Amino acid sequence: MEVTISIPTALRPQVDNKDTVKVTGSSVREALGALTAQYPELGKRLYAGENELNRFINVYVNDEDIRFMDNLDTALKEGDEVSIIPAIAGG
Amino acid sequence: MSYVSCLRCKECGAEYPIEPRTVCDHDFGPVEVAYDYEAMRGKVTRQSIEAGPRSIWRYRDLLPVASEPRVGLNSGYTPLIKADNLAAELGVRELYIKDDSTNYPTFSYKDRVVAVALMKAIEFGFDTVGCASTGNLAHSVAAHAAKAGLTAFVMIPHDLEEGKIIGSQVFSPRMVKIRGNYDDVNRLCSQIADKYGWAIVNVNLRPYYTEGAKTHGFEIAEQLGWKLPQHTVVPVAGGTILPKIWKAYQEFITLGIVEDNKPKMYAAQAAGCNPVVTAIEENSDLFRPQKPQTIAKSIAIGNPADGYYVIKVVRESGGYGASATDSEIIDAIKLLARTEGIFTEPAGGTTLAAAIKLIQQGRIPRDESICVCITGNGLKTIEVMHGQFAAAPVINAKLSEFDVIVDEIKEKAAAATATAGV
Ligand SMILES: Cc1ncc(COP(=O)(O)O)c(C=O)c1O
Ligand SMILES: [Zn+2]
Repeated sequence: MEVTISIPTALRPQVDNKDTVKVTGSSVREALGALTAQYPELGKRLYAGENELNRFINVYVNDEDIRFMDNLDTALKEGDEVSIIPAIAGG
Repeated sequence: MSYVSCLRCKECGAEYPIEPRTVCDHDFGPVEVAYDYEAMRGKVTRQSIEAGPRSIWRYRDLLPVASEPRVGLNSGYTPLIKADNLAAELGVRELYIKDDSTNYPTFSYKDRVVAVALMKAIEFGFDTVGCASTGNLAHSVAAHAAKAGLTAFVMIPHDLEEGKIIGSQVFSPRMVKIRGNYDDVNRLCSQIADKYGWAIVNVNLRPYYTEGAKTHGFEIAEQLGWKLPQHTVVPVAGGTILPKIWKAYQEFITLGIVEDNKPKMYAAQAAGCNPVVTAIEENSDLFRPQKPQTIAKSIAIGNPADGYYVIKVVRESGGYGASATDSEIIDAIKLLARTEGIFTEPAGGTTLAAAIKLIQQGRIPRDESICVCITGNGLKTIEVMHGQFAAAPVINAKLSEFDVIVDEIKEKAAAATATAGV
């Protein structure tokens, strides 16, 4: 399953300044795993622990927060868009 | 003279210069303005503050601006009301309302944060400012930008109250309504900030914007006669204001301006959007995001960026949280109006309703000082009050017809006394 991961500005230095990266994976965990295998520096910022994303990062699959789905186990299909977005304030 | 030292990550302590910045590069933690409190000692005092203007800028030494304030010259310094009628009704000894429903120019606490953010936008040389908003922030950005001569771009959920939409449009911002809830708007806005390089007050000006919220806390302390209330009840949406009121209290304690009476902070949320209160009740450090379903639209943020810090401050201070259903929110709006003559919006109703619950649960003792933070104005959200009141009688301009009404009122009062007497 090839999916596109969009990278926020703050993380682009860790991925050769690309704004999107294509990887393969059948779940968010696998896709992010593929991404961080390619860019280990990114992995340090993305994860707080083995199975836990950094709490200031939100991950969306086609505009839906993965915490409303199966979190890291959310399934992916060909062409899905995964976005990594830092949490932001407001109101 | 400015006492600002740098931006510092709240998580890892990494330091950054004073620049537009959303988060820490290392861990995405929020960055916060750090000050040189040592240098302030003996210089930032009750007297120095009292000599300042009657606006948020009297606390300028504790705000991150480098130049003479040009935005929000009349923002802040809203009344702190001793709410004796409400106190009697609730059976508590000492109750205050910090009333930002009267804030200038757009009647919500947001006039504080936007004033500071737009000052920084000007200092950084931006000509366009924007925001993602549940209504009040857009309102304030549009008004402050009009006065400051900046272009405003405001992004809001498509289904806001009319008062919030017209209230912003009158200032001619570019407004975009987004199909989705606030969290969808916010996600888009963060991508817009990334792409267009504008000053988005709640994104790349966030560290400055959030500092403005401290002034709500400074004013409570000053207006209480340089004392802190023992219990402060605060509405929580994205989670900016509660930790910043706490920071304000702690800064005054650090500077010896007030005594440390171990103030406790309490979070108020609507039952239809209460990720933070739920986490507090479950004794968890992390919240689970929610899809909001509440009449309190201004605080309907299901994925609060600073929710983690609200939970932390509430817990560290020894406070707690409570949520209010839609009907409890409406009842509280009416109660505040009936007893204190203040018309707040559902965010304020939520806060008072939560305070009432915390008092009834015994979490807030009845004989200690309590401050309820009212952050928005009811005239912006009149639709939530539709159908709440009996229709007013309509008469011709004849005294005899008015007499009939007065007689009816007298009869009803007599009947009520008679029933009560039985
Ligand atoms: C009236 C009102 N009160 C309180 C808040 C709380 O905001 P936060 O927790 O993001 O500081 C908001 C945010 O939009 C608001 O509009
Ligand atoms: Zn950091």
